[in-house]
Amino acid sequence: MNSTAVALRAGLARGMIEFRQSVTGPELLGHLLWPVATLVAVFFLRHRQFQHTGFKLGTLIMPSVLGMFTCFGAVLLIQQLTAEREDGTLLRAKAVPNGIRGYFLGKLVTTSATIVGYLVILMVPGLFMVTGLEAGRAGSWATFAWVLLLGLVATQSIGAMLGSLIASPRGAGYLSILVMGLISISGIFYPITALPGWLQATAQVFPIYWLGLGMRSALLPHSMAAVELGHSWRHLETLGVLGAWALVGVIVAPIVLSRMARKESGSRVAERRAKLLQRVG
Amino acid sequence: MTTDAPVVLDVDGLRMRYGDKEVLKDVAFRIRRGEVVALLGPNGAGKTTTIEILEGFRMRSDGRVAVLGTDPAHGDERWRARVGIVLQSWRDHGKWRVRQLLAHLGYYYSPYGTGETTRPWDVDELIGLVGLQEHAEKPVRMLSGGQRRRLDVAIGLVGRPEVLFLDEPTAGFDPVARREFHALMLELAATGTTTIVLTTHDLYEADKLAGRIMILNGGRIVADGTAEELAQQIVGQDEVHWTLDGQPYIRSVPDSTGFVYDLFQRHGRDVRNLEVRRSSLEDTYLSLVRRAESEPETPPGSDGTEERTRTGREALK
Repeated sequence: MNSTAVALRAGLARGMIEFRQSVTGPELLGHLLWPVATLVAVFFLRHRQFQHTGFKLGTLIMPSVLGMFTCFGAVLLIQQLTAEREDGTLLRAKAVPNGIRGYFLGKLVTTSATIVGYLVILMVPGLFMVTGLEAGRAGSWATFAWVLLLGLVATQSIGAMLGSLIASPRGAGYLSILVMGLISISGIFYPITALPGWLQATAQVFPIYWLGLGMRSALLPHSMAAVELGHSWRHLETLGVLGAWALVGVIVAPIVLSRMARKESGSRVAERRAKLLQRVG
Repeated sequence: MTTDAPVVLDVDGLRMRYGDKEVLKDVAFRIRRGEVVALLGPNGAGKTTTIEILEGFRMRSDGRVAVLGTDPAHGDERWRARVGIVLQSWRDHGKWRVRQLLAHLGYYYSPYGTGETTRPWDVDELIGLVGLQEHAEKPVRMLSGGQRRRLDVAIGLVGRPEVLFLDEPTAGFDPVARREFHALMLELAATGTTTIVLTTHDLYEADKLAGRIMILNGGRIVADGTAEELAQQIVGQDEVHWTLDGQPYIRSVPDSTGFVYDLFQRHGRDVRNLEVRRSSLEDTYLSLVRRAESEPETPPGSDGTEERTRTGREALK
């Protein structure tokens, strides 16, 4: 078998092994925390009227949070890349032939599997909890699928780039705060039309808004498009923005990643370990 | 070591600068297949820099470097598959099981087998070699320090490397782990097929593991040879202790037998408490390092007696 096929198979295997590890250990609790907290919020909002549309706020939020959780792929990747650079996992990968390719593919597989897991945890109770979602239509799931796929590629390649550029897990922590800020202006928990114009414009640069919109367009009845900007689901624009991020990511992320990996060596890992132990001890 | 074995590492005029600090100044050596070489030197001598350049993990400033006939700075994945690196694990892959991790990392080597070398190493055989049979199904984070180090070696070996690099392999070891590690390395060296290059600042370790020692100091190789050769060629002096009229004396001399003969000729039975100490590898090493520290530009082996008596551990009382 040639080396590319081996790297692909190794990456897939690695991704599945690490996914299994993350759901069979105590980490599972951490994974469950946010989806469950979100479900609790949706539960309490399930009867709250939204304006005079006859729709419940819970119904509106449910698809939006699916988009938001898709974006968490970026956060997961940033955290893991910075942590695993520090603990030497990346250097290990670098010491074996094609190891870096296998490593990154494995990360994407683990992250995507985790995201899909989040969405299942959210959707299975969520679909029963709120009323008015059009989950029975085939067209709903077709839209859901392409929005999810583009979203996974776009957000994870952004995550891979940022994870390579950020020096330490501490930096990754600060970045997570920034992501939280982005979520709050992205119309996930309340329609973006309620925000001032400049915030609306900012939100529309990033994929979170478009993922939320795409998921709403998949699962809400067509009449609900009236609440959105331009009174439309704007599928073309969604495809354009998510597609642009995905394209840039697919081209730029491997360059940034390999540049970052090239700089790794035993002494750099030792240096970071010494610094960390100093901080802790 | 036969001198007709093929050259595996060839380094000439190697220089490394960080800013205006020159860490390596004209390093040159050749290592042949099957040799076990220790790169010995005090902290900051440039050992890690040298080995990372050989591993292909660091760009050099100048000079020619060939590892298995390839410049490591441009080594492709095929080259990478022939090189083994023993890294000091810390907490990476903590949840992976020993066997699972070795099988996974070994799989990457499977396209790179050749007629004479099957790659990767059979995982169970390898686990047996490093003595981890009873821990094969344990998560890596449950291993003791010594077991973990043996796993590090197994990972370095899993692709059946032609050259194996180890940078300060026993740093931070407890005595048990150190002894286990030494036994494993000697076993590996006895097979004679893998060329091994390790760095250490532990003289005892270099002497125990390596057939050849290169001492790196002040950015240069200041000595190169077997432990005995270094002791004889570089210092080449024995320490003679005696007392005369109740007064202790100490001298470092190249020909201790002749010196003692003359001593008795002159003083006869007045010479007391005579003791001749052969120059040891430790003396060699300390004298080299000390000399480089006090006069960084002095070439090795140019003086002896005066400096040793001035800075020797036992001064005249």
